[in-house]
Amino acid sequence: MFDTLSDKLQDVLGDLKGQGSLTEDDINKAMREIRLALLEADVNFKVVKHFVASVKERSLGAEVMESLTPGQQVVKIVHEELSKLMGAASTKLSFSPRPPTVVLMVGLQGSGKTTACAKLAKHLMSQGKNPTLIAADIYRPAAIDQLQTLGEQMKIPVFTIDGGDDAVEIARRGVEAAVESGRDVAIIDTAGRLHIDEELMAELVDIRARVKPHNILLVLDSMAGQDAVNVAEQFQEKVDFDGVILTKLDGDARGGAALSVKAVTGKPIKFASTGEKLNAFDYFHPDRMASRILGMGDVLTLIEKAQATVDEKKARELEEKMRKAQFTFDDFLEQMQNMRKMGPLTGMLSMIPGIPKQLKQTQIDERELDRVEAIICSMTREERTTPDIINGSRRKRIAAGSGTNVQAVNQLINRFKQMQKMMKQLSSGKKMQNIPPDLLKGGY
Amino acid sequence: MTRSWHEVFKGVDEPAGAAEAAEDAVGEEKEKSGGFFKRLKAGLAKSRKNMQQHMSTVMFDKLDAELWEQLEETLIFADCGVDSTVAIVDRMEKEAQEGLIRTREQFYERLEAALVDIFAAGDYRIDVSHHPSVILVVGVNGTGKTTTIGKIAWHLKREGMSVVLAAADTFRAAAIEQLGEWGERVGCPVIRQERGSDPGAVVYDAISAARSRDADVVIVDTAGRLHTQVPLMEELKKIHRVIGKQIEGAPHETLLSVDATTGQNGLTQARLFSEAVDVSGVVLTKLDGTAKGGIAVAISHELDIPIKLIGVGEQLEDLRPFDAGDFARALFED
Repeated sequence: MFDTLSDKLQDVLGDLKGQGSLTEDDINKAMREIRLALLEADVNFKVVKHFVASVKERSLGAEVMESLTPGQQVVKIVHEELSKLMGAASTKLSFSPRPPTVVLMVGLQGSGKTTACAKLAKHLMSQGKNPTLIAADIYRPAAIDQLQTLGEQMKIPVFTIDGGDDAVEIARRGVEAAVESGRDVAIIDTAGRLHIDEELMAELVDIRARVKPHNILLVLDSMAGQDAVNVAEQFQEKVDFDGVILTKLDGDARGGAALSVKAVTGKPIKFASTGEKLNAFDYFHPDRMASRILGMGDVLTLIEKAQATVDEKKARELEEKMRKAQFTFDDFLEQMQNMRKMGPLTGMLSMIPGIPKQLKQTQIDERELDRVEAIICSMTREERTTPDIINGSRRKRIAAGSGTNVQAVNQLINRFKQMQKMMKQLSSGKKMQNIPPDLLKGGY
Repeated sequence: MTRSWHEVFKGVDEPAGAAEAAEDAVGEEKEKSGGFFKRLKAGLAKSRKNMQQHMSTVMFDKLDAELWEQLEETLIFADCGVDSTVAIVDRMEKEAQEGLIRTREQFYERLEAALVDIFAAGDYRIDVSHHPSVILVVGVNGTGKTTTIGKIAWHLKREGMSVVLAAADTFRAAAIEQLGEWGERVGCPVIRQERGSDPGAVVYDAISAARSRDADVVIVDTAGRLHTQVPLMEELKKIHRVIGKQIEGAPHETLLSVDATTGQNGLTQARLFSEAVDVSGVVLTKLDGTAKGGIAVAISHELDIPIKLIGVGEQLEDLRPFDAGDFARALFED
């Protein structure tokens, strides 16, 4: 993986301590790095050109040239400009005063429309809405089955016409059925289609004319390359979509296509889809996406996830315990479980800026964590609070109970003790020293 | 010109007169679809019209900085990625300095040669010479694995091979049904279990079934997975191991399905899937849009993985052997 842009800019511009002033040549070098980074992130090269021009203009201004930390200043400018380009704030759906609100989902094959339909429905349900799904993908084998299965999982009705071969008719009758059954949102799943397929694009135009959707959402794969601009322009011309759902953001694609689409069509990214599970779906945050494109980490998302999963009162209790160094295996287990609620650990690490690259690349084996959980669960209550009593024969029992071996139990206990020690140091105000680098790694 | 399927399938006997028959078939297909090459070019023409891109008809006026910049932008716009683009432009500039490029024709000739060299990596054939041969198909979500499998099965059947499909995507809703429909269309058995069951078990069953039916080829469909999801990649390794335990040296082919609209992330996909299950070739799908599929250049250039097949549409015959020259020409010729 390449270095992050912020690292590179730091290299090129550095700190000005003990150096003269910044020259235009320095700035040009920095602009080249920005250009390359954005191209590697799949931002369309025309958009990149414009963007770099505007960043350069600002960078030649006093705030950078006279700064002692020009590298950081330029990163700040790039981040601001990126966030600005991607839209100032997250934009919500528009709801019809006369339900049902109709949402039409469109996009290329394989961009994730069907999954996105289900996730959007689930998202709306969590906001107190009462959605229904309409399966109008009559082309892909088993596409309708897929939506029906997802609907069953969420207990949301899915409308379709068995053996129907007219997507327009399915959409129309689906909306009618939504009116009759008193559903307030109707989400229409359509077949994936190429933007240059005249016939299928005409079908979309027909559906749009017939059901008059209040929202048309283009589903865009975050891994899309330069061609995303073509796709978005064509869909805009034909059906004039209102916003974008960006999918597969749980991968490691930088997602520069999102920026291109916004820049070229002016349509906001409304939602981000981030995982295999149906609740991995959220509003889109331009500033976070800017950080992602820059490789700056995504602290805000992490903080939000943490807030959503950790009970605040329990966190305070824990802090108290840590200060008194009463941290037990029970607390350790609870902490670990809280952390795992936030998603896979590797995903979390990648969101934290400043974590050394080696650590980010460590593949944390989730099964190792399962093993740790098993070991702790095989301890008695007493052993969990006072680990010192865990002697040889207890270790053997724990190993047998957890399906591991004594060595693994030993390792875990040793690391736990190290951690306790570390916490003592922390609470006594001493600097944190020698954090074992393998604290997060597997191998327990 | 494009290779025939006989050449691509290693281990398929060529019956007498088959070459002519194949020739006829190709002719027929051409009439039907206007030919892959034409369609690729038509796609390019459309994009040029839409975007007024740098794929301009005046790509070569004179040898100056602007030309190199145009070339660079064309390659970047095709998703070839910065590193591969720089490598190609450097090579071209060097050849220009050596006097190898003086005319427009020479420019395109050298460019094509540069791309063909990049694509020369590895064996272009698909190994079906074992009995049964196992083809494992992997890739991220939505790249067209299941569709590709349906098409490969169809071509194998046309070559007289018997095929068993293994529905080892037990995760995605209705994935098993989707493969089932392909099986019906193509006319080959699909070995399946319940959704949510162990994909390793499905693969085990499929290989046993292939043996008892004396089938030639087993094609294994797997769930789409992001290469960053460690547990899912571990599962894939397990599937790979299950196959290897049943048949030594199998899977004989591990094909990675890559969407031609993918940007630079395609390179990471190829790298991580290769690390996990030793990818033997890439199928570049969805080339019938306006995307140029330049990520294939980056994958071949940086990872030396051959591109074996391309997908140019939804019809059964819309899967083709990859040809580097055609691909390069479709990228750059007017």
